[in-house]
Amino acid sequence: MKHELTCIRCPIGCQLTVEVEGEAVTVTGNSCPRGAEYGKKEVTAPTRTVTGSVRVTGGELPLASVKTATDVPKEKVMDVMAEIRKCRVTAPVKIGDVVIADVAGTGADVVATRTIKAI
Amino acid sequence: MKQYNIVIIGGGPAGLAAALSAKEHGIDDILILERDERLGGILNQCIHNGFGLHTFKEELTGPEYAERYIDKVLAAGIPYKLNATVADISPDKEVLYVTAEEGAVTVKADAVILAMGCRERPRGALGLPGFRQAGVYTAGTAQRLMNIEGYMVGKEAVILGSGDIGLIMARRMTLAGATVKAVAELMPYSGGLKRNIVQCLDDFGIPLLLSHTVTRIHGKERVTGVTLSQVGADRKPIPGTEEFYPCDTLLLSCGLLPENELSKTAGVKLDPVTGGAEVTDTLETSVPGIFSCGNVLHVHDLVDNVSKEAALAGQKAAEYVQNGCKAAEGAGIRLRGESGVRYTVPQSIVLAQADEKIVVRMRVGDVFRDKALVVYADGKELKRQKKRIMAPGEMEEVTLLRESLAPDTKEIVLRVEG
Ligand SMILES: Cc1cc2nc3c(=O)[nH]c(=O)nc-3n(C[C@H](O)[C@H](O)[C@H](O)COP(=O)(O)OP(=O)(O)OC[C@H]3O[C@@H](n4cnc5c(N)ncnc54)[C@H](O)[C@@H]3O)c2cc1C
Ligand code: SF4
Repeated sequence: MKHELTCIRCPIGCQLTVEVEGEAVTVTGNSCPRGAEYGKKEVTAPTRTVTGSVRVTGGELPLASVKTATDVPKEKVMDVMAEIRKCRVTAPVKIGDVVIADVAGTGADVVATRTIKAI
Repeated sequence: MKQYNIVIIGGGPAGLAAALSAKEHGIDDILILERDERLGGILNQCIHNGFGLHTFKEELTGPEYAERYIDKVLAAGIPYKLNATVADISPDKEVLYVTAEEGAVTVKADAVILAMGCRERPRGALGLPGFRQAGVYTAGTAQRLMNIEGYMVGKEAVILGSGDIGLIMARRMTLAGATVKAVAELMPYSGGLKRNIVQCLDDFGIPLLLSHTVTRIHGKERVTGVTLSQVGADRKPIPGTEEFYPCDTLLLSCGLLPENELSKTAGVKLDPVTGGAEVTDTLETSVPGIFSCGNVLHVHDLVDNVSKEAALAGQKAAEYVQNGCKAAEGAGIRLRGESGVRYTVPQSIVLAQADEKIVVRMRVGDVFRDKALVVYADGKELKRQKKRIMAPGEMEEVTLLRESLAPDTKEIVLRVEG
């Protein structure tokens, strides 16, 4: 099986050709090793980083932006987002703070991507 | 009047990187003026990831990228003022800013770095028909409302324009529980990065309707729907192709314009294609000692390029101050794009002062596959760079070596060739 896809590991967006023959997966068109890794993963087990924001009480801003510290399976993105939408935290929040551990059973933590001071 | 070596207008990624670089090159007497209540510029509202892979070798979100630069600026002890709006810059580099505490203050600078960023094309500039209903936002305004103020802009949306901010907002709204019915794009190609089309539309099955536009906005108080029509090669709607999409929100993502009102009062010559200043290879504008970088110079898609460009502006402004504020001497080599290359930045190179390597950034006017970017110096081929794909949404870059340019070169032309 031959798949044509766009590498999304960085904004350059190389056009990848991924060939799957039984167990063997070969990637061409990538400009760096991350592209080969992405191509393989995208046809076998696609994953995404999820970003969003959570409500903060007592902070200088009403929201803290967050992301999954590691990628989660693509089919779990909406479940992860549902947990992020429900989450509430109290200021202060520091960049890198874990706001949800093991989100939606993916093993990934949701961490803050900005610092919010308490007021 | 207070005097500074370098005054930087704007505390976004461009202003921050320029300040750090000027400091590294030996200038301590710097002032950053930022009209917002925080540093970081537009990155504060770009909460998605994909920033900084080239600068930090990891994929950061906008606020994380900003915080790294802000922390460095704080650690370096570079002075800055927040809630300080610059209202005027004179050709002899007097900068007038306004704050609530100080009122209107004029300071004098040896060198000024313009780093004001860009703003979105507003609805008025698009000439869209319909009432002034609630529910029509520019994509950037919607991004700020959702990501900074925590306000959901709507439940069902149509997005006009497939620029990056529109694509990012299609995903953002979907993840927040809204339905995005379609993204309509006037041109036969998207103006956004490929990765954003994959990650923001394809992942969620949101249709991208190329060669389509909004021909009517329905609803009196609030948007109740839009009519989309197909457009022909002349970009005019084709009668009979109208289709109604019920929705309560219309986001406009129809391009960014460098914010150059201040540059004009300073007497800086603007490039009609980029909307930004005309600069030499040191990023100096037509006014000696005024430099420009980041989105106010030309609209960038990657913040990494903004930081790199701004670091050069900071270095060159520092050298200008250290060399006793002498402007570049000698006529420059003109740079020009043609046959597919819409513009170049810089627009000229002054060989006597040029660095060993000169980075020329440009945009192409169409989608080109398996073509080459070719550089000609006075009609002679200087360099040929093969490209698998080039698109208007993705900035191209060519590095020229100073030693490859003859001292009497008059003009460098960049072309797309098959
Ligand atoms: C709405 C929007 C969304 C974007 N989203 C993305 C994205 O998702 N991903 C991406 O890679 N790029 C995005 N960009 C591009 C992004 O702007 C650049 O990557 C980068 O932020 C540009 O940096 P800058 O410092 O040139 O401009 P900015 O970040 O815009 O910073 C300019 C700063 O100057 C200040 N300023 C302006 N005028 C004055 C004045 N008169 N006095 C004092 N201060 C002033 C502004 O308040 C601002 O803080 C977006 C741009 C916009 C407009
Ligand atoms: S292959 Fe490497 S350079 Fe190309 S898009 Fe992927 S990560 Fe970026």
